[in-house]
Amino acid sequence: MSAFKESLITEPERYEFSAAPIHQFELARRNFFKILGAGIAVFVAAKEALASPQETAPGSRSFHNEELPKEITSWLHVGEDGTVTGFTGKAEMGQNIRTSISQSIADELRVPLGSVRLVMADTMLTPFDAGTFGSRTTPTMTPQFRRVAEAARNLLIGVAAKEWNLAPEKLVAADARVTDPISKRSLSYAELARGKVLTRDLPADDPITSATEWKIAGKPLPKVDGRAFVTGAHKYASDLRLEGMLYGKMLRPPSFGATLTAYDDSAAKAMSGVVIVHDGDFVGVAAPSAHEAQKALDAIHTQWKETPQVSDKEIFTFLKKNAEPISNDRFRRQKGSVEEALAAATYRLDATYNVAYIAHAPLEPRAAVAQWADGKLTVWTGTQRPFANRDELASVFHIPESTVRVIVPDTGSAYGGKHTSDAAIEAARLARAAGKPVKVVWTREEEFTWAYFRPAGVIEVRSGLTAEGKLTAWDFHNYHSGMSGIETPYDVANQRTEYHQVPLVLRSGSYRGLAATANHFARETHIDALARVAKMDALEFRLKNLSDTRMRAVLEAAAKSFGWPRRKTQKGQGFGIACGAEKGSYVASCVEVAVDRASGAARVVRVVEAFECGAIVNPDGLRNQVVGAIIQGLGGALFEAIQFENGRIKNAHFSTYRVPRFRDVPEIDAILLDRKDIPPAGAGETPIVAIAPAIGSALFGATGVRLNNLPLVPNGLRA
Amino acid sequence: MEIEVNGKQYAVRYPPDTPLLYVLRDELGLTGTKYGCGEGQCGACTVLIRGAPRRSCQIPVNAATGKPITTIEGLEREGKLHPVQKAFLDAGAFQCAFCTPGMTMSSVGLLQTKANPSDAEIVQFLQGNICRCGTHPRIIEAVRLAAKTMQERGR
Repeated sequence: MSAFKESLITEPERYEFSAAPIHQFELARRNFFKILGAGIAVFVAAKEALASPQETAPGSRSFHNEELPKEITSWLHVGEDGTVTGFTGKAEMGQNIRTSISQSIADELRVPLGSVRLVMADTMLTPFDAGTFGSRTTPTMTPQFRRVAEAARNLLIGVAAKEWNLAPEKLVAADARVTDPISKRSLSYAELARGKVLTRDLPADDPITSATEWKIAGKPLPKVDGRAFVTGAHKYASDLRLEGMLYGKMLRPPSFGATLTAYDDSAAKAMSGVVIVHDGDFVGVAAPSAHEAQKALDAIHTQWKETPQVSDKEIFTFLKKNAEPISNDRFRRQKGSVEEALAAATYRLDATYNVAYIAHAPLEPRAAVAQWADGKLTVWTGTQRPFANRDELASVFHIPESTVRVIVPDTGSAYGGKHTSDAAIEAARLARAAGKPVKVVWTREEEFTWAYFRPAGVIEVRSGLTAEGKLTAWDFHNYHSGMSGIETPYDVANQRTEYHQVPLVLRSGSYRGLAATANHFARETHIDALARVAKMDALEFRLKNLSDTRMRAVLEAAAKSFGWPRRKTQKGQGFGIACGAEKGSYVASCVEVAVDRASGAARVVRVVEAFECGAIVNPDGLRNQVVGAIIQGLGGALFEAIQFENGRIKNAHFSTYRVPRFRDVPEIDAILLDRKDIPPAGAGETPIVAIAPAIGSALFGATGVRLNNLPLVPNGLRA
Repeated sequence: MEIEVNGKQYAVRYPPDTPLLYVLRDELGLTGTKYGCGEGQCGACTVLIRGAPRRSCQIPVNAATGKPITTIEGLEREGKLHPVQKAFLDAGAFQCAFCTPGMTMSSVGLLQTKANPSDAEIVQFLQGNICRCGTHPRIIEAVRLAAKTMQERGR
């Protein structure tokens, strides 16, 4: 078996093309109530679902033949003790959705936040979900849970109305109680749910509370289970310990593409308590402790045949040379005539931008604990795609999906880097051989080598301006890195944007914002250079060519707070600006840098970033995401790059792969624009896209040197 | 071999050259201390040994015998959070929080030697701790907050 089943071609956005499959739900309604006890439950189904509540007494009606409707995306239960439980297939990995979703449920159901708990990312208990990526949680889960909670609230009001023989419209729901304002009679949700088994399927178009009326959502509330994290009590997947559990380790090839030619495990086999699995290209061991597993691994003798591999020195030439020769309509957007407009332009500017491979480097490495019992497999793992992990596990072990359960404990970050099921498959394979549970935690070196990277890319831009500084021609070609954020937000009549596929060199995949980091870097750097060609201020030039009011608003907000345009007051000082929009949210960054000309050291001194993602669900959590994206983006902008040669990663350690540390962190001012008239969009990705071009623009301001490659200054800057 | 962790004596059967981190996590089940790199580069495994912050992945367990070790699990007293834990909670100084135990232990270590550190001193001291989510400004704020609380209480 192979742990890595990769298509040889990168997809522009790996996950966007896979439609949600038809799924069997393991959790029939009877099981749902068996697990959670009596009470009321609301299921969100798409269109055909029943709109009227069905009432039953416990036990009097069979749910045996009832399947949950297809396309269910969330559900909610109000228990006999008043506890509200929401179920979602989304995973928490630091983006704070456990809190923000709970806020929306509490808000719409009219209960205190403390009575809401969320069951997340468990393939047995939660609805199918394609994965936690693409900034999709807030835009999809917020309205769905609001509709669910609103339906549950109406069910509870209906029960009270029946009890009191009153019209439901006359009753008020607030603070987990239904009250009759006239007689002042009142029943708690717990009392109303007691002894009931009530369900409702929900049509998709129920009205929900407008953001201007939110009481619990919209507030900067702290992380719901923060205490478990500051005490070390929270168990990440890598912290789990099961009875009789073994520790697994994998034998990795010396280089990418190497094949096993000789294998001898006789010495390792002689060690007591050690389980060895050699199955095709899979070599792994499990032992009662990590050091015993390592000792056994070291005792396995192997020889490998290595094959020539592309190195970082030649990567950009390689990508350009090996692009698919035939242009693909699916990857091209075009309007007007670019060639005619270029020929007619007063000013022309063409440039090429290169973007390096970078690593996500989540602080919790890939980890999984696998357990087989009665032919069924349970895996606890830190992944962004529990259902896809389940399907992959079912597929590699040739067992039905219904016999695999994947559970995701709140995870030690991912940033797009934990889509695959590598550690889960490894732990499960070893556990099957051992007949005991096995835990696999990747080493940092494995994480830097055998995970996947944000792909490298080459971006070529040709452009033309009128004498007045109006953009008339825009020709933008991305080789390999991807399509996210590829379309220009600027008003330009003649434009072509195209993504060109290239066969994979290093294993590549999603990253925070996907290719939007690369495409924004190239576009905004180019726009900055065009502003100089037109002899205009960088902000003025942008505003002249932008009619999108949301983009203009973030630019103006950032510029105002930063004091743009600013004059240099010291040597080596420089200021830069950039903007972007992706996945329904808008960002603008202003940056001040300081360059020490003698040493070439470049430092980001200050960042002002304005961000707008519609109505804000939790401003505190959002601010944390925005500041985090700025700091993470600063690493990719200034110095992060994977170095590779002869199929080996040369900097697979935190000592050689530099990530932002405390000393790199500038003064940061995040301005959050709250648009209560716009439904909430996600915020995990877009705040990262403008930081690299804004830093590049500021470095140009400081030195007069235009840097067209990411990272900008891996070894400092000499000018 | 025995080690003293959070005021309790534990017998250790793992080999004497095993890094303390694995003894804590795998043998003793104290999983609050995290593995982030195993190379002393990220600070996720920081514990206090005789009150001083140390990277437990770099210390063989036999070098830790006879010295009191404090882990994140040992900070809470009778259900009350240590001021540094409380400050991290109040400042919301985490996202995925995987670095939080190490950050907390380093900060406790800092405040034991320097009651009122400047921002520059906090930055300098925490330089060896990685937060990949980019929560650094709030972590600095949390250390400031904890310093203030501890000084007000006279420790």
